[in-house]
Amino acid sequence: MARPRPSGPLVRQPVKGGAAAWDAGKVGRRAAETGARRSRWSRRAGRVRSVVLTAILLGIGVPGVWADGADEGRAKVRVSYWEKWVGPEARSIKAVAEAFNRSQDRIVVEVMTVSPIDRKTLVATAGGDPPDIAGLYGHNLASFADAEALMPLEEFIRRDGLTPEQWLERYYPVYQRIVQHNGRIYAGISTPAMITLHWNKTLFREAGLDPERPPRTVEELDEYARKLTKRDPQTGEITQIGFLPQEPGWWPWIFCRWFGGELFDGERITLATDPRNLAAMRWVASYSQTYGAEALARFASGFAGQMNSPQSGFFSGKVAMVFQGVWYNNYIREYKPGLDYGAASAWPSAAPGIDDFGMAEADLMVIPRGAKHPQEAWEFIKYVNRNNPRATRREELEGSELLCYLQEKNSPLREWSPFFAQHHPHPYIAAFRELSASPHAQATPDIGIWTEYQREVLNAFTRVRLLLETPEAALASAQQRLEKSWARHRRSLELHGQIPAKKGALAP
Amino acid sequence: MTKRERRQFFTGLGFTSLWIVGLGLFTAYPVLASLYYSFCDYSILKSPVWCGLSNYTELFSDDLFWLSLKNTLIYAGVSVPLGAVVALSLALLLNQDVRGRPLFRVLFYLPSIVPLVAASMLWMWIFNGQVGLLNWVLTPLLEPFGLTPPGWLVDPAWAKSALIIMSLWGTGNAMVIYLAGLQNVPRELYEAAEIDGASGFRRFWHVTLPQLAPVVYFNVVMSLIGALQIFTQAIVMSSAASGGTGTEMDGFPARSTLFYTMHLFATAFYDLRMGYASAMAYVLFLVIAGLTWLATRVSRDRLN
Repeated sequence: MARPRPSGPLVRQPVKGGAAAWDAGKVGRRAAETGARRSRWSRRAGRVRSVVLTAILLGIGVPGVWADGADEGRAKVRVSYWEKWVGPEARSIKAVAEAFNRSQDRIVVEVMTVSPIDRKTLVATAGGDPPDIAGLYGHNLASFADAEALMPLEEFIRRDGLTPEQWLERYYPVYQRIVQHNGRIYAGISTPAMITLHWNKTLFREAGLDPERPPRTVEELDEYARKLTKRDPQTGEITQIGFLPQEPGWWPWIFCRWFGGELFDGERITLATDPRNLAAMRWVASYSQTYGAEALARFASGFAGQMNSPQSGFFSGKVAMVFQGVWYNNYIREYKPGLDYGAASAWPSAAPGIDDFGMAEADLMVIPRGAKHPQEAWEFIKYVNRNNPRATRREELEGSELLCYLQEKNSPLREWSPFFAQHHPHPYIAAFRELSASPHAQATPDIGIWTEYQREVLNAFTRVRLLLETPEAALASAQQRLEKSWARHRRSLELHGQIPAKKGALAP
Repeated sequence: MTKRERRQFFTGLGFTSLWIVGLGLFTAYPVLASLYYSFCDYSILKSPVWCGLSNYTELFSDDLFWLSLKNTLIYAGVSVPLGAVVALSLALLLNQDVRGRPLFRVLFYLPSIVPLVAASMLWMWIFNGQVGLLNWVLTPLLEPFGLTPPGWLVDPAWAKSALIIMSLWGTGNAMVIYLAGLQNVPRELYEAAEIDGASGFRRFWHVTLPQLAPVVYFNVVMSLIGALQIFTQAIVMSSAASGGTGTEMDGFPARSTLFYTMHLFATAFYDLRMGYASAMAYVLFLVIAGLTWLATRVSRDRLN
C-alpha cells in the first residue's frame, strides 16, 4: 500500500497566500511590488534549486538503482522465505538456503525469521504481499488450504516430469499424508519429527527396572509408572512420578489415535462415537484416580511450561517417562548434558495388533497464494525435499538430509544416504527411522476445523484429567460443538463454491 | 463564509488532512468494514459472502460465547470494584504527611509501567503451585488448619482469582488519578466537618468521597472497559500453565480463563472466521457501551 504523503499545494500554501500578500497590504503598493518581485525571484531561485537537487539525486540514485538491477535484479530472483524458528533451527535452515544459493546462479533465497508464522502469513496473504515461501506448522495446512491461502503443487511437480504419486512415493507414508489436504499436495517438508517415549535410565535403575527395556504395552507403562513414583514419607506428597499424561500436554488427541480410535472418518466427527477414544480418556482418568487429581496438578504445576529449561519435569528427574519428539536430544544436550536416557522405537502397544505405533509432525514449506516468484519458490522447496542418496561424507549431504542432519532430526524421505544413516548425530536416530516407516504412524487428521478440534480435545482432556467430568460427558460435549463447527465449515465451503476434491485420492 | 475564512478553512483542512486520511483509512474504514463483515461469511482470504444475521444468531446459541462472556463479567465484576478500593486506599495512605512520601508514591506507581507480558511472567512464578512465592507464604498459615494452598493457575477453581489478584498490580495509574483528585478537595470542607465533630470515617464518607465522585466515575469506567478487554496477561499465563500447548487461547485450565477477547481472537485468527469474530466484536462494543451508560446513569445524581 502506498504511504500517504503531503500534497504539493499543502507544502506551498504558507508561501503563496501568506507573508508576501500580507506585507503588501501594509506597506503600500510600491513595497508590494518589491515584495512580489522578491517573491517571484525567490520562487524562481527555489525552482532552480529544485532542478539542481533533482539532477543530483538522479545522478546519484539512478546509477545505483541501475547497478543493483544489472548485478542482481536482472540476473537473480530473490525468493523470500519466512521461517518461524530461531536458534539452531534457524541457523540450519539458513545454511541450507546458502547451500541452495551456491548450487545455482539464478535464485537467491533470503530466510527471514517471522513469528507467529501462521498469523503473519495469513495477514500478508490477505494483503496481497505474502512471502514466496512460508514455513507453516503441519497443523495449519488444512485450514489454510480451505481458506484458499495456498497454491497446490501438482502443476509444479508435473512440469518437472513427475506425477504427484511419484513425488509422494519418495516420502514415508505418514509424511505423504501430512503434505496433503483433500487429496491435493500443498506443501513440501522442511523438517519432520517423530514423537516417541523417552525414559530416564538412571531412574529406571533406581526403581529396579531394566534400563534398556522401555514398557511395551500400556499396562506395562502403568506398572512402570507406579514403580517409578515416589512420595514424601512425611507429607505423602508426590516427589517423583513415573508418567504424567499431561506432560508435555501438547497432543492429548494422539492418545485417542494410540488406542486405535478415529477422530474423523472423512465425513463425520467420531470423537465421542468411537469407543476406542473413550477408552483412551478412561486411561487418562485412571492416573488422576490412582494418584489424586489435585496432587498431580499441584506436582505438575512446579514444572508446567518449563520444557526449555533445566526445571522441566524430565530434566529435573521428577518425571521418569515422557512422550517427546526427535528434537528432544538437542534440549537434553543444552539443559541436562549427560542425562542417561533412551528413546523407544515404538509406543507401548495400546490397541490390539498395533505394536509399532508412532506419531509424526512436520514443519512445512508452502507457497502462499499471490507469491511473486512461485516457480523459484518451488525450486527451493524441491531442493529441500530431495537428498543425495549416495552421500558418504558430510560435505556431500544435500537438501533434506543436510537440513535434518544439522537439526539432528529424522528424514521424511524413504531413502537415506549411507552417511546420514550411519553418522547421524542423534544417538537414537535408528529408532526414529523405524517409527517413520511404521504403517501405524499417525499425524494430525486432515480436517479444515483442526484448530477448533484441537482446542476441544484439550478441553475434554483437561476436564477428564482433573476429574471434573466423566470421559463420556467430556467427549460428548466436545463432539456436540465439533459437529456444529463441521457443519458450519461445510456450509461455508459450499457458500464459496468450493467443492472439496475426493478425500484421500492420493493418500496411501 | 468570506474569502479569507474559506482560505483559512482550507488551510486548516490541509494541515489536518494527513490525520483525517489516517483516521479514515485506519480507523473509520476498518470499523465500518467489520460491521459489514459481521453480516458475512468471511475468512479474510476469500471474498465475503452475505449471510444476513446468521453470525449473530449462531453467536447467541454458542455456549463458548456465553462462557467467555460469563468469565469476563465475573473478572470485571470483581476486579473493577476491588481495584477501585485498593487504588483509593493507597491514594489515601499516600496522601498522608509521612516521611519518604514521594518514594512510596514512586514505588506504588512503578508496577503499573511494567509491560504486561513481563509482569505476567513474574506472576506466573508467584502463582507456581510448588515453588511459588504465594504458596510459600500461605503454606505455613494454612497448615495448622489441615489445609493446603491451591495450584492457582492449574486449578480451574482458582485460575480466575489469580488473574484478579494480578490485576491489583496495575492499580498505580488509578491511584495517581485518585491522588490528584484528593489534593483538589478543599481543606475548608474538612475543617467544617471537624468543627461539626465528624470522625475520620465520616469525613471520608461525607466529604472525600462525594468530592472524588467524578474521579471515581472516570476510574471505574476506564477500568471497566479495560477489564472487559482482558487479553495479554490471560493468554500469557494460560499458555504457560498449560505447558505451551499451542491452544493458549482456550483459557487453560478447562476454559476457566477463557475471556471474551481470547475467544474472539481464536475465532478470527486461528479458525479464520472473521465474519463471526466481527459479530463478536460488535456485541462486545454494545456490552461495553451498555455498561458505561449504566455506570453514567447510576452515578448521575452523585456527579451532579
